[in-house]
Amino acid sequence: MKTLPIETTINGDNTEFLCHADESLLDVLRDRLGMTGSKEGCGTGDCGACSVMLNGRLVCSCLVLAVETQGAEVETIEGMANGEELHPLQRVFLEEAALQCGVCTPGILVAAKALLEKNPNPTDTEVRYWLAGNLCRCTGYDKIIKAVQTAAAEMRSA
Amino acid sequence: MRYVKPESFEAAATLLRDEDGISRILAGGTDVLVQLKAEMVEPDLMVDLKHLPGMREIVAEDGGFRIGAAVSGAEMGEHAALKAMWPGLVEGVELIGSSQVQSRATMAGNLCTGSPAGDSVPAMVTAGAVARVQGPDGMRDVPVVDIPTGPGKNSLAKGEFITSIFLPARPANASDAYLRFIPRTEMDIAVSSAAVSLALDSDGTVTEAHVAVGAVAPTVLLAKDAGAALIGSKLDDTAIAALVAAVEAACNPINDKRGTIEFRTTTAGVLAKRAAHIAYTRAGGQA
Repeated sequence: MKTLPIETTINGDNTEFLCHADESLLDVLRDRLGMTGSKEGCGTGDCGACSVMLNGRLVCSCLVLAVETQGAEVETIEGMANGEELHPLQRVFLEEAALQCGVCTPGILVAAKALLEKNPNPTDTEVRYWLAGNLCRCTGYDKIIKAVQTAAAEMRSA
Repeated sequence: MRYVKPESFEAAATLLRDEDGISRILAGGTDVLVQLKAEMVEPDLMVDLKHLPGMREIVAEDGGFRIGAAVSGAEMGEHAALKAMWPGLVEGVELIGSSQVQSRATMAGNLCTGSPAGDSVPAMVTAGAVARVQGPDGMRDVPVVDIPTGPGKNSLAKGEFITSIFLPARPANASDAYLRFIPRTEMDIAVSSAAVSLALDSDGTVTEAHVAVGAVAPTVLLAKDAGAALIGSKLDDTAIAALVAAVEAACNPINDKRGTIEFRTTTAGVLAKRAAHIAYTRAGGQA
């Protein structure tokens, strides 16, 4: 199968890569671009571990063909911190230990950031519904919800 | 696999017609990419249509709305006027999948994938929605109810695809509702479902009623007797009992791990009753 040249923007940087037509965005991020922050859990859009932003929308990168990102804007977990300074969500997740094994964490952080941009003051129920597509098998979710709310409160007062 | 973004609908239809191998149409991709990953299908040709005119647009037309076939569930949920006109339809669309899936999944895909449990389909059927179908020989309009023909199957011919779905205008004092039963609170496939669309006269008597049920037959069903049972009533107990009986009579479900025949039949009746009451209240009727 021949490879196709794709030009896209990832975390604000112009990025060019070659890929096969049937490769997912997730596979390209991880295997061709070395951006292994996005995780593959299920590969079928059920677990949310591969969540990224595509043209301002939260998507599972396993359910996007890499060729579809020609001319698109992609944001991944790698672009979340500002240099050495963690995003409030990242820092609070660490401070409040809202993770155990950490495989779901990048996806949850990307998804939670998307929620807070849309709704800076969500209820716990809204957080739970929004994150229903991000599976975590360790924490039981409670600390995740609390950490999102702590970060949201901090971001509102900033 | 070849990935092609055709220059026009006509070119896409010709390309699909002339492909000897397996072809798939890419809109939201939330079913197609899962099939690829599971190696259920290995397409030779993937045709991406999202960039073509109108595919990503919601446009007012003849008092109703034309929804491009690549408009996502999230975009429909954010459209206030659409939601106000067809709240039941939009709530059905918004029940599909997670936040991530909502960013990509489309109503046209939900229809063409042919699941009897598709959450957007019953309310499209009760809305009298019409799919605009492009094929190699031109364009035709097809009532949504005639698109699915069985699990995973639809009535579109080789080279045909949906470009938009039209939701007609609705009269004053009219509304709709959609409910499904799932054992969880979110992110699940309907065990049974029901949509009801009603129009009332000025004193609250039902003048028009459409009822459709999902996951209780090989396709979503328009239960004509169930709609007829409500006409001329104000949803009194007798009319509701007739609605429930008609819905149960229309059901022809399977037994599987998600629900028995009896459970699906009974819950479809209950959901239709509850959806009728919600639609009635939304339409301005005093229960």
